[in-house]
Amino acid sequence: MSSDWMKRTKFAGALSQGLTAFACLIIIAIVVIIMGNIVSHGVQKISWEFLSAPPRDHFTKGGIFPAIFGTAALVILMTIAVIPLGVATAVYMYEYAPKRSRLVQLVRLAIQNLAGVPAIVFGLFGVGFFIEFVGRGLDKGLYGGRLVYGQPAIIWSALTMALLTLPTVVVATEEALRAIPNNYREVAYSLGATRWQMIRKVVLPQAAGGILTGGILAVSRGSGEVAPVMFTGAAYSLPHLPTQLHHQFMELGYHVYVMSTQAFDVEATKPALYSTVMVLLMLTFLLNFTAVMIRARIRKKLRDGR
Amino acid sequence: MRSKCIGLILLSGLVIFSAACGGPGESEQHRSVTVKGSDTMVILAQSWAENYMKEHPGLTVQVTGGGSGVGIAALINGGTDICEASRPMKDSEKQQAKSRRGNEVKEIPVALDGLAIYVGESNPIQSFTEPQLKGIYTGKITNWKEVGGKDARIVTYGRDNSSGTYQFFKEHVLNNEDFAREVQTLPGTGAIVNAVSKDPSSIGYGGIAYASGIRVVSVRRDDKSDAVMPSLATVKSGQYALSRNLFFYTIGEPAGDVKAFIDWVLGPEGQKLCETVGYYPIAQK
Amino acid sequence: MRNSGILPYRPEVAARSFPVFRGMVSDKMAAFVIKGSAFLAIASLILIFIFIGKEALPMFTSSEVQQEAGLSKLFLPQPAHPGEAAQFTWQPISETPKYSLLPLLAGTLKVTIIAVLIAIPLAVAAALYTSEFAPSWARETIKPCIEMLAGIPSVVVGFFCLMVIASWLQTAFGLTFRLNALTAGIGLSLAVIPIVYTVSEDAFSSVPQAFREGSVAMGATSWQTASRVVLPAAMPGVLASCILGFGRAIGETMIVLMASGNAAVLSWSPAESVRTFSATIAAELGELVQGSPHYHVLFFIGAFLFILTFVINLAGRWWVGKLQKKLQGAA
Repeated sequence: MSSDWMKRTKFAGALSQGLTAFACLIIIAIVVIIMGNIVSHGVQKISWEFLSAPPRDHFTKGGIFPAIFGTAALVILMTIAVIPLGVATAVYMYEYAPKRSRLVQLVRLAIQNLAGVPAIVFGLFGVGFFIEFVGRGLDKGLYGGRLVYGQPAIIWSALTMALLTLPTVVVATEEALRAIPNNYREVAYSLGATRWQMIRKVVLPQAAGGILTGGILAVSRGSGEVAPVMFTGAAYSLPHLPTQLHHQFMELGYHVYVMSTQAFDVEATKPALYSTVMVLLMLTFLLNFTAVMIRARIRKKLRDGR
Repeated sequence: MRSKCIGLILLSGLVIFSAACGGPGESEQHRSVTVKGSDTMVILAQSWAENYMKEHPGLTVQVTGGGSGVGIAALINGGTDICEASRPMKDSEKQQAKSRRGNEVKEIPVALDGLAIYVGESNPIQSFTEPQLKGIYTGKITNWKEVGGKDARIVTYGRDNSSGTYQFFKEHVLNNEDFAREVQTLPGTGAIVNAVSKDPSSIGYGGIAYASGIRVVSVRRDDKSDAVMPSLATVKSGQYALSRNLFFYTIGEPAGDVKAFIDWVLGPEGQKLCETVGYYPIAQK
Repeated sequence: MRNSGILPYRPEVAARSFPVFRGMVSDKMAAFVIKGSAFLAIASLILIFIFIGKEALPMFTSSEVQQEAGLSKLFLPQPAHPGEAAQFTWQPISETPKYSLLPLLAGTLKVTIIAVLIAIPLAVAAALYTSEFAPSWARETIKPCIEMLAGIPSVVVGFFCLMVIASWLQTAFGLTFRLNALTAGIGLSLAVIPIVYTVSEDAFSSVPQAFREGSVAMGATSWQTASRVVLPAAMPGVLASCILGFGRAIGETMIVLMASGNAAVLSWSPAESVRTFSATIAAELGELVQGSPHYHVLFFIGAFLFILTFVINLAGRWWVGKLQKKLQGAA
């Protein structure tokens, strides 16, 4: 009887354990299926021309170069804005403010909540703040009311995206700061360094890897998000590449959306559409993969340091 | 190190400043015409722009989309020379433009867009009467049996309520009654074609040029009249009822480069280009 | 202060590497700048609220807007035509514009609940497996998979639902509507799984090893340990993951815009099409008359979404904090 009970317990345990393993299997299968489907359809049309030419004949021919260029320009502008801000925020929380102070808690709360704000709300904010308020204000002040910045533009998309990715950079930087042993800071101080000198010459170089991780993750997020740029600057189709901050731009994610909902000839567009999706997917995966690798090295350092 | 830093900051400041000032300054040196608005018209406007620029080197025609609303707002605020819109401008918008820019808005129809009714390729239906279409889209007819098809629920697809196509269909087919709540609204005609082609018991509407993988059904005014298929001839002659104008809007009478461009668009070359991208030339009066 | 010197202070070395006077000036400046940017996170939250609120405000102040889309019209049923029965309808472009938010709310909740019901069991079970049972090679496989899933842009998921999943579901279940709440919900669950997994995996692995050792020492099997010791101990964290997943799902835009069919129908059936708040904003904002009642209503919906996700996130973080406190007390 007792052994019977044991057997049943063991069986139930093994079964439940198997179920949890099955859940893992399902998730892995989902990823494999999506990847497999997209890559198998998308790989045919990938060519140098596809990556380097503008779209022709309603997206069915030519390539996606303007979308790639626009995405790159967007994330570069975004990075210029988000890295200094994100790093400064993290440095403040970890190096300046007294630990567990009210203010740090408040900043942390704000960062966490910012991370939870839906992307479309950022898009609305971009319209309401950057375009209608800042942009129109600039136009009034600098151009006598002529519409230059008070309309969708790459700079507003980039700034909106910078706010969206701010939490990513802050969290990654803070983790990197935590990985730096305290002795480093103490040695710098003992040599008479001010706090800023210590941060600039000791902490920031040491945290470079973590900052890089944050930046890459932010770029990966920024290159795929559509909702925030839909109304703040992304264009359906453009004859010229954006060269000014107040130009509109084409973006890979938005291009996928446009091609899959507004294509002229759905069947004829499909190969190009799948290939665009594949390019976008490969781009974000590559970026994420790099970030994960760097982060793994930092975590290892953190473990060894302790 | 520090001087390098300062140099870098100065440099980036300079770049941003020059970028900020460069844009509008540049456009004053080069002659340019800006066209902004409806995403549905972007492709059309772009092929006009490309061909026009080929014939008139030294002039840039800059076309951007963003939606009819964005284009109209830009027109009101002086952000564009020409606004392209797939819906007629509202009176309130025209008034706003007049009070802001001190001149009447000029409405110029530049192309015709025929609206086709789509069904799945395997659907046996050959034609609809306009009252039938109205019944289907207002939710009074819900089964294909009622319009002569097999016994299956009708799945209706339409466009977003802010699109010009939606408003046109509502005015001309539904006689301004409301769409049924069950009508699924998709963000673009491409999405509708895709959905209808995969769903044999569904119906959708959109531009004629989009028709691939689906069947376009002819439309009759009522029970007694002939079925008309949308085509260049029937749309142009007005026999096929479901066609709408696509518009350019300017502030006041167009002049200079803008006028030259619009005249070219309305001329034989411009109108011929309509057909190559799936629209129709406007009826010559 | 912090320089609790390990090394003796040597002014001549210090002077070489850290110039004193210039150092003090730049130190002050840097502190100022850094402090300033730290407030940016708080400031931007407040700015978001103000500027979305500003565009939503005419809902309360402008009589023109109120006449067309007053609060009572947002929440109470309206007759389609004078004399007809009152209904909850979202039909902003009409002779009598109807702005009832109820179908949108119902649609948002329906899709979100479907997504969460699929995602939570999968993700929590997977997290439990990785943290408690998985051999290290399995852990090395599942974690990058989750990272990859999290890295898929939502427009790609939307595309996949629209093109592939919708067709699969329709042939599998013989559904009338190709694009429906179920299709969108499944797509949405792909966006929710990573966040639920990550937060609950964190919760499981923060349970002290001593708990497990104690349980095993008393003769419990590894499943008993996992289900009766680790799971209850990590419960606040698991709940937090569910709440955060819910918050993520409620605001997601592109997936539902592309895969849900966007018909504002009030019904319980998961096989019918739905329209969500976020998709409504995305679909309608571009073509609108700026400053029209419809425009302000969309910003009102945006403000509502903002507040909703804000509250959900606060709740989620509160549960995470509770877990940390609980485990610190126990360890």
